[in-house]
Amino acid sequence: MAQGVWTIAEQREGEFRKITYEVVSEGRRLADALGQELVAVVLGSNMKDKAGELAQYGADKIIVADDPRLEPYTTDAYTAVLAQVVMEGDPAILLLGASAQGKDLSARLSARLGVAMAQDCTAFSIEDGNLVATRPIYAGKAYAKVTYVNSLPQMATARPNVMAINEPDTSRSAEVVDAAFNLDDAELKTKVVDIIKDEAGKIDLTEADKIVSGGRGMKGPENFKILEELAEVIGAAVGASRSAVDAGWRPHSDQVGQTGKVVSPNLYIACGISGAIQHLAGMSTSKVIVAINKDPDAPIFQKADYGVVADLFDVVPALTEEVKKYIQE
Amino acid sequence: MNIIVCLKQVPDTETQIKIAPDGKSIVTDDIKWIMNPYDEFGVEEALRIKEKFGGEVTVVSLGPKRVTETIRTALAMGADKGILITDDALEGSDSLAVAKALAAAIKDLEYDLIFTGQRGIDEDQGLVGPSLAEMLGIPHVSLVVKVEVAEDGKSVKVERPVEGQTLVIESPLPALLTAQKGLNEPRYASLPGIMKAKKKPLEEKSLADLGLDPSEFGEGARKLKILEITPPPERKAGKIIEGETPQEKAAELARLLHEEAKVI
Repeated sequence: MAQGVWTIAEQREGEFRKITYEVVSEGRRLADALGQELVAVVLGSNMKDKAGELAQYGADKIIVADDPRLEPYTTDAYTAVLAQVVMEGDPAILLLGASAQGKDLSARLSARLGVAMAQDCTAFSIEDGNLVATRPIYAGKAYAKVTYVNSLPQMATARPNVMAINEPDTSRSAEVVDAAFNLDDAELKTKVVDIIKDEAGKIDLTEADKIVSGGRGMKGPENFKILEELAEVIGAAVGASRSAVDAGWRPHSDQVGQTGKVVSPNLYIACGISGAIQHLAGMSTSKVIVAINKDPDAPIFQKADYGVVADLFDVVPALTEEVKKYIQE
Repeated sequence: MNIIVCLKQVPDTETQIKIAPDGKSIVTDDIKWIMNPYDEFGVEEALRIKEKFGGEVTVVSLGPKRVTETIRTALAMGADKGILITDDALEGSDSLAVAKALAAAIKDLEYDLIFTGQRGIDEDQGLVGPSLAEMLGIPHVSLVVKVEVAEDGKSVKVERPVEGQTLVIESPLPALLTAQKGLNEPRYASLPGIMKAKKKPLEEKSLADLGLDPSEFGEGARKLKILEITPPPERKAGKIIEGETPQEKAAELARLLHEEAKVI
């Protein structure tokens, strides 16, 4: 009988990613709802000392798979190891983060285990002892509530920035055990041959706590400078609408929307974005939305918590100065 | 170099999603269907590789007969032939079942590379590509924005952007790659291309043709069961910031973000 909630930690160069704490914290809530144990699985090289930290966020037991071939992440190595560890441990629920890595790993692993997977979920609950996941579909134009039929473990990934992180409890500790696995070099087909880091200080949109985004109203690539200045002051990432990206003003990786990134920051400031349905789909789970647009009929105002009807070229630089007062406080 | 591209037909991005009376599906009348935008990048990349190395591009799709139109679009762009897996028993299949049907149709074809989109813009799961690779027993790399096939045609080097960095990954062929925006600018089908596409081979296959048991597909066989589909949580329009000048409005907005929303 499958038992327990398992969460897969994500680390890079020996440091846990923020999504790891989100997933372990959510795992704790689900384990409590079931009255079962929470296990965190950590894969990497020399992660055993660091792994114990996850107890503070709610893990009862931590399984560490330690092997130099598990750093950096490759689909092949992680899938091979996790398939063995999961089959051996037989958990009821297997939860990962919906990061680039978590989405890739969960897709391959679920197929190897032959089980159903729910990607990029924004809420979980336990109903009649089963996992029920809520996930945006059509980039958030609708929400689907799903559950699992004859499919164990019940696998899902959690959207970054959505699950609340538990206050670390330094008095908690967990048993840390070594994973038993065989990893055959012949299984490792893909190899990471280089890692190109983004410019220092650039915050990825999917992980950003705040986003300042520009659309067609920016009129040209050079004007994004005023958004970058605001973003720097408030610690935000800079995003763009599809029209700004398709015009060549911003790179593809900056696009927010149905054919770009789906984001959930605490604060989303849309500047000169009219609010086409495909853009709204990508940012409507943001907690606070601000729209700055000179067209009072722009659809973005229907979604905004705060709307400013004015020329963004006047408002944005003024806002940058005004927020400095609060940030220096 | 023989390349397979998997296509999905999805509602156009401008579509307003309406929920069907059963509360578990969407209304599909009046939807304008398009090729999944991420799949278009796969078709384009396959054509570029074929132009360099020679070989054939085969597009494979799954769904009702209307999907023929999406396959014809890919053929008009320059793909050589199409396969449509179509069977009433497939209606409502989940990602695992779709991958299983695609694997059955592809396993006996000759291929060096397979492209899928990184996700369908309808269900947003992103599972079919990696699952298909798993079922075929070949490696995959997801979210690729650059593809370089080695001169000997035996391996591929790709770029995969993840949060904060780009991974450069090498894989032996055959392999499956999932296409991300940024990979290329897909071409439009030319008029001669559209004319030619009408004569290109397009084969239809049922589950029985693929040796598959229909009871393992469709709504009834879903392992991921849809309990309900709802509209997104309502976001009501908020405050319009008052002020005589843009400066006053900016000051009021900053104050509200600090004091009321507590995000600054």
